Amino acid sequence: MEQLINMVLLTLLAAITFGIIRVRNLFAVVVLTSAYSFLMASVMIVLDAVDVAMTEASVGAGISTVLALGALYLTKTEEAEPRYSPLLPALVAVGTGAVLVFGTLDLPPFGRADTPLNTDVGADYLARNMAETDIPNVVTAVLASYRGFDTLGETTVVFTAGIGVLMLLKRWRKAARRED
Amino acid sequence: MMFAVAILGVLAALSLAVIRALKGPTAFDRLLAANAIGTSAIVLLALFGFMTGRPEFLDIGITYALLNMIGTLAVLKFFRYGALGHAQDAVKEREPE
Repeated sequence: MEQLINMVLLTLLAAITFGIIRVRNLFAVVVLTSAYSFLMASVMIVLDAVDVAMTEASVGAGISTVLALGALYLTKTEEAEPRYSPLLPALVAVGTGAVLVFGTLDLPPFGRADTPLNTDVGADYLARNMAETDIPNVVTAVLASYRGFDTLGETTVVFTAGIGVLMLLKRWRKAARRED
Repeated sequence: MMFAVAILGVLAALSLAVIRALKGPTAFDRLLAANAIGTSAIVLLALFGFMTGRPEFLDIGITYALLNMIGTLAVLKFFRYGALGHAQDAVKEREPE
């Protein structure tokens, strides 16, 4: 059943991707991207990655739509005709895809018990988690407790980037006001 | 079994909505189709949760509904005022094309 759902959803995702490439109206592209995110979140749910699905839905369908519409206000709604032939970019994309598919050939089958993923520290975390941290979600426990300093560093990086963007936007707005 | 049949139905509805989103022809058709896709995704999520014995998925479905709402509000505001970041009286109203 899960395989059937995944097959249907992935087919629809592929169809929407081709639609996004072919449609020239940027507003339609924004709407299609939001639909894509919802379908992708459904795929993540079926793959049992509920937290990733949550992120995909909130970032892809929520914030990205709003930001893309805000950007659309600054440009035209019709995509310009490309000035160069799309052949070379298409070749590069297909080549990269082929290399990635070639890379997956070395991966062990999904869900096998004797892979490093399942024989290494994973079982250890699962066994010790409740006694040590008392957090029912193991992923959260690893992120926020066992690798707390790591996460703190990442958050600092994101925070710094946010401050940088805010400063850039503020300066831009002041310059625009001086021109008036 | 019941949930599996229901999931098949929702998948069919999802496919029809995607076809509408791809065919257009106007932006509003695509918008409605995207909204329908969002709603179908919520129903699919709830059904899948019940089928695999995890009804907690309903909470996630509620969050999806809220996100869908944000997207729709942003699109509608964009069509009404042509912009997102300004106060109501700062932008002159624009007719949707």
